[in-house]
Amino acid sequence: MPPKEGQASNYQLSKGATVKNHAKKHLTKALAVAALVPLALTACGGGGGGNSGGDASTLTLMDYYNNEPDNLAIKKEIESCASEIGVKIEREAVPGKDLIQKVLQKSSSKTLPDILMLDNPDLQEIASTGGLVPLEEFNVNTDGFAQGMLDAGTYEGKVYGLAPTANTLGIFYNKKLLADAGLTPPTTWDELKSTAKALTSGDQYGVAFSAIATYEGAWQFLPFMWTNGGDETNLDSPENKEALQLWKDLVDSGSASKSVINWSQGDVKDQFAAGKAAMMVNGPWQINALNENKDLEWDTVLIPVKEAGQKPVAPLGGEVWTIPETGNKEKQAKAAEFISCFTRDSTQLSLATQRNTIPTKPELADEFIAEKPDMKAFTEQVADARSRTGKLGDGWPKAATTIYTAIQLALTGQASVDDAFKQAAKG
Amino acid sequence: MTSQSLHSKDVVIQTPRQKPTARKRSRFDKETITKILFVVPAGLFMVLYFGYPVVKNITMSLQDYTTKTFFTGEAPWVGLQNYATVISSNLFGPAMLNTALFTVGSIIGQFVIGLGLAVFFNRRFPLSGFLRAMLLLPWLLPLIVASATWRSILDQDSGILNQFLGTFGIPAIPWLTSPSVALIAVIIVNIWVGIPFNVTLLYGGLQDIPEELYEAGSLDGATGWKAFWHITWPNLRPVVSVVLVLGVVYTIKVLDIILGLTNGGPANATQTIAVRSYQESFVNFQFGVGAAFSNILILISLVFAIIYLRANRRAVDE
Repeated sequence: MPPKEGQASNYQLSKGATVKNHAKKHLTKALAVAALVPLALTACGGGGGGNSGGDASTLTLMDYYNNEPDNLAIKKEIESCASEIGVKIEREAVPGKDLIQKVLQKSSSKTLPDILMLDNPDLQEIASTGGLVPLEEFNVNTDGFAQGMLDAGTYEGKVYGLAPTANTLGIFYNKKLLADAGLTPPTTWDELKSTAKALTSGDQYGVAFSAIATYEGAWQFLPFMWTNGGDETNLDSPENKEALQLWKDLVDSGSASKSVINWSQGDVKDQFAAGKAAMMVNGPWQINALNENKDLEWDTVLIPVKEAGQKPVAPLGGEVWTIPETGNKEKQAKAAEFISCFTRDSTQLSLATQRNTIPTKPELADEFIAEKPDMKAFTEQVADARSRTGKLGDGWPKAATTIYTAIQLALTGQASVDDAFKQAAKG
Repeated sequence: MTSQSLHSKDVVIQTPRQKPTARKRSRFDKETITKILFVVPAGLFMVLYFGYPVVKNITMSLQDYTTKTFFTGEAPWVGLQNYATVISSNLFGPAMLNTALFTVGSIIGQFVIGLGLAVFFNRRFPLSGFLRAMLLLPWLLPLIVASATWRSILDQDSGILNQFLGTFGIPAIPWLTSPSVALIAVIIVNIWVGIPFNVTLLYGGLQDIPEELYEAGSLDGATGWKAFWHITWPNLRPVVSVVLVLGVVYTIKVLDIILGLTNGGPANATQTIAVRSYQESFVNFQFGVGAAFSNILILISLVFAIIYLRANRRAVDE
C-alpha cells in the first residue's frame, strides 16, 4: 500500500539526517535554491514582447484568416502592400473564435498589433474601449465605400475601420433539383414556402438555414426581418413576428429540418452540398467549398421578400481593418498607409475575386460582376446592405442574443411566435 | 491526506531528535531555512496560479468589468450588483437545475458503467490489457473533436444512432433538437467521456485488494455478489470517494461538450452555470457577471471538496 511505503522511506530519511554531517544539509539547501531558479526565470520572461518602441520599418498585424484559400490570398495582398509602402509586416493569423479574446489580452498587456483586423460587428465594441484610433487622424480617405460598410466601421461619428471586401446572405439553389421539379427560384415568402414544400421528399428537405443559438442564427434571420421592415431597436414588433412565423412555417410543414436549430452555416452548406436540401440561406464564403463538388450545379438569388415590390435588405458581413492605439505615431501613420493600400480599388477586386467576396466600393460592382458573373446576386445586395451595429452599436450583442433565443423558443414550441421575442428579452 | 499523515509522522519522529536547547531557540537555524526553501517553490506556484486567479475572479465579480476595462484598466466597483443580476436573471433557476441534473446524471452513469467495466477487466483474459487501453480513447480525444463527432452521430435525420435505432422500428429521436431530450443527450455524451477516468481509478483500487481476502471469503461461502458486497465494496470505499468527489468537481464545470453539442440550446434547454458564465463573459463581454456565475460554481465545488476532506479526516482518525 502506498502510504506504508512512503512512511518507510521517511523513517530512513530522518534517521539518515541525524547521522550524516552538515555537508549533506548544504547540498539540500543548494538543491532547494536550484529548484527556485526556473520559477524566477519565467517570472522575468513575461515582461518582454511589447511593441511600443522601435522604428516604423516593421509593423505587426493580426487577422483571423487561418484557413485556405483565404490565408494565402490575404498573405499575398499584405505582402504586396507592405513592399509598396516599404515596411516589413509580421503577421499573426489566429482562429476566428479566439480573435476577440486575443485582442482583449493584448489590450491589457499593451501589446496590441499595429494593424488589427476585426469582424465588423465587433468594431464598435472595441472602439468604445478607446483601443482604436480614428482613421481620419491619419488622413485615410473613406470616400466611395458602401454606406453599410462605413456604418459598421464607425463609432460615435468617426470611422475606425475599413473593409476591402464584404459578404452577405442570399439563397443558393440546386439547379438540377429545381429544374427536375419544373420550378423557378422563389422571390416571395409564399413562393419560398410552396417551392420548399414541393422540393421536400424522402430525406431531401426543400430549404435549409441556420437557426442555431449563436450570433450565426441571428445573422441568418436578419434579411427576413429587415426586408419585412422589422428593426432591432424594437424586437417585439409585428414585422419581426411575421418573419419568425415564416421560419416556423417552414419547419412545421417539414420543408426544413427540425435540426436547423442546431445547424451552423457550415452544417447548412454540408446539407446542401450533400443534396439533402434543395435550397439554402448562405453566403458567398461557401462557394469554394461548393465548387469542390463537381456534380453540384447551383446558382444564387436574392433573399425572397414578403410581398412582391418590397426591397430586399441584406445584412453586411466582412472584416474591417483598424489601427490600434499603440502610442507610436510613426507606426500608426505607416499602418494608415497600409490600410489605404489594402482597401484601394485594385486590392478590393483582387481579394474579392480570390475569396468570393464583394468589393465594398459600389462603383466597382460592374467590373466585378463582369469578372465573376455568379456573384451578381450578392453584389447587388451589398450596395444597400445594412450593418448589424449601425443602429445599436455596442448594444447589438444583446439584441442578437434576444433574436436567436426567440427563434429557438418559437421553433421548439417553447413559446408561441407572438410571445417569443417578449420571453427571449427577459434573458 | 497521504502527505498530511506523512508530515505529522515526520514531526513526531524528529522531535525526540534532541538538539541543544540553545539552538532550538534560534528561529532561523539552517535546517529551518532549508525546509522553508523547499516549500517556497510550491508556495509561489500556489499563489501565482491558484491564489491570484481566485482573488482576481472574486474582485472581478464585484466590478463592472467590460471590454473597456482591458484597455483602460478601469473597472468601477459595483458591490454585489453582479450577483443580483445573476440571481434575478430568468435563466439562473433553469441553469442551476440543469447543472444539478447534468452532474448527478453524468456521475451516476459514469460510475456505474465505470465500476462494471473495472470489475470486468479485473479478471485477466486474453486481450484484456489491449481492450482496457482502448477504453482510454475517449479520454485522449480532444473534447472539441469528440463533441463534433457526437453531434453528427446524434443528428436527427441522418445521424447514425437514429438510423441504428430505426432498424428496430424506433422512430427518429430528436436528440439535440428537442428541449426535452437535449439534456439527456448531453449527459450521455458526458458519461462516455467520463468512463475512462472512472475505470482507471476503480481498476487501480481493485488491483490493491489482496487476493487472499477473496480466498478466505470463498472458504466462508462469499462468492459472486456476496464477495462484491462484503469484500470488494468495503475495500474500494476510499477510492470510490475520490472518484465521486473528483467526478463532481470535473463534471460541474463541463463547458466544451455542451458548447460543442448544443451551445446551451435548443431554447436554453442545456444552459448550465458554466455555460452561463462563458456566455456572459465571452459572448456578452460582461466579465463581472460571468465572474459572479463562476464564483457560484467554485462555491459549489468547494462544498464538495470540504465534504471530501472531512470524510477523509474521519477515515484517518479512525
